[in-house]
Amino acid sequence: MAAEAGKVDPMHQFTIEPLFGTEGWQLAGYHIPFTNSSLWMALASLLMLVFVAGGMKRQLVPGRWQMAVESFTGFIDGLLAANVGPAGKKYVPYMFTLFMFILFANFLGLLPLGVIGLHAFTFTSHFSATGVLAVVTFAIVIIVGFAKHGFHFFSLFVPHGTPVVMIPLIFCVELISFLVRPFSLGLRLFVAMMAGHVLLEVLSSFVISTGNANIGLFAIAGLPSFILMVGICALELLVAGIQAYVFALLTCVYLNDAENLH
Amino acid sequence: MPQIAQLGEFYASQIFWLVVFFGLAFFIVGRGMVPKVMDTVAHRDKQISDDFAAAEQARREADVQEEAWRQRENARRAEAQSLIADARAKATLASEKRLGEAQRVIDGKLGEAEARIAQALASASAEIENVATDAARDVIARVAGITVDDGAVRSAVKEKLAHG
Repeated sequence: MAAEAGKVDPMHQFTIEPLFGTEGWQLAGYHIPFTNSSLWMALASLLMLVFVAGGMKRQLVPGRWQMAVESFTGFIDGLLAANVGPAGKKYVPYMFTLFMFILFANFLGLLPLGVIGLHAFTFTSHFSATGVLAVVTFAIVIIVGFAKHGFHFFSLFVPHGTPVVMIPLIFCVELISFLVRPFSLGLRLFVAMMAGHVLLEVLSSFVISTGNANIGLFAIAGLPSFILMVGICALELLVAGIQAYVFALLTCVYLNDAENLH
Repeated sequence: MPQIAQLGEFYASQIFWLVVFFGLAFFIVGRGMVPKVMDTVAHRDKQISDDFAAAEQARREADVQEEAWRQRENARRAEAQSLIADARAKATLASEKRLGEAQRVIDGKLGEAEARIAQALASASAEIENVATDAARDVIARVAGITVDDGAVRSAVKEKLAHG
């Protein structure tokens, strides 16, 4: 946990640890222990399952829970309809899973479980996790793009009205910007989540070390840090929602490119 | 930074378990449950729009019915008005006829009465003439001592009566 002499290591919260003695698990030569990260992925999936299952009563006049679930599916449906159009309907299952998975992961990571001695882990603060989601999205875009448009998909890299002389240059620029998408998509979520958690950890280390030092230092540095933490916690809740939304929105935009070119 | 420091050790675990749990969530929740939830919403929306359409249809039907009723009612009212006007005209005619008859009876009675009055007047004036003639003859016989012819006295009296 915290390093020696009461110091708090703000990066320690991101450490992955194998759980339940699964240290030695192997699959086809790869090392796949069930870690704390995996546990929170499982919890995010489970929570999503419970949440959606609670809204499956299929009543004509929905109750609160059903209404909540329906507003989420309606939100994703609306997002796809606005960004992709009628062709976006078939991506609703994927987009819903993606959005809810990231949303629940972000929120679960913010749970104040330290109060009861547990440690929340935000797997979306690991680019090895967000990268997978970004690559899956990117793979869907490429597969759909080529399946639907064939080699015509490359016209995505040549915007309308480009002068013929400029086409090779523009093509390279657009291709690079296209290929950067999975990285920006994965890194954005990872960076946003990690930054917030590090900030909270740093501020809390101020509170702890000034509190241990003396009351005067605590009053001028510790207490304002604590008040700031309260505000930043609220901000982090907002960021958790916004980052899930941004990931979903950008996925929609990329899917639109694949479906409709431009 | 554990994300990088532990990458070599745990990348396979991260990818594997993420694919497992995301895949499970996708197939169970995304493919299994979400379409049903969306179905429910679509079903509700359809029911609402159907109800609206039915209500609209009913309203239009009611409008048509009301229009028909109004036309029927107008026709009946016009019929009633014409009946009333007819009856009024007939009544007027009948009362005029009866009034005319009464007038005729009254006129007849009036004429009769006038004739009787004229007759009475004539007989009265003849009586007066006779009396006056008799009186004049008597006066002449007493004063002049002459017997005058009845005819002469009568004509003289007649003349006097006529000229005052």
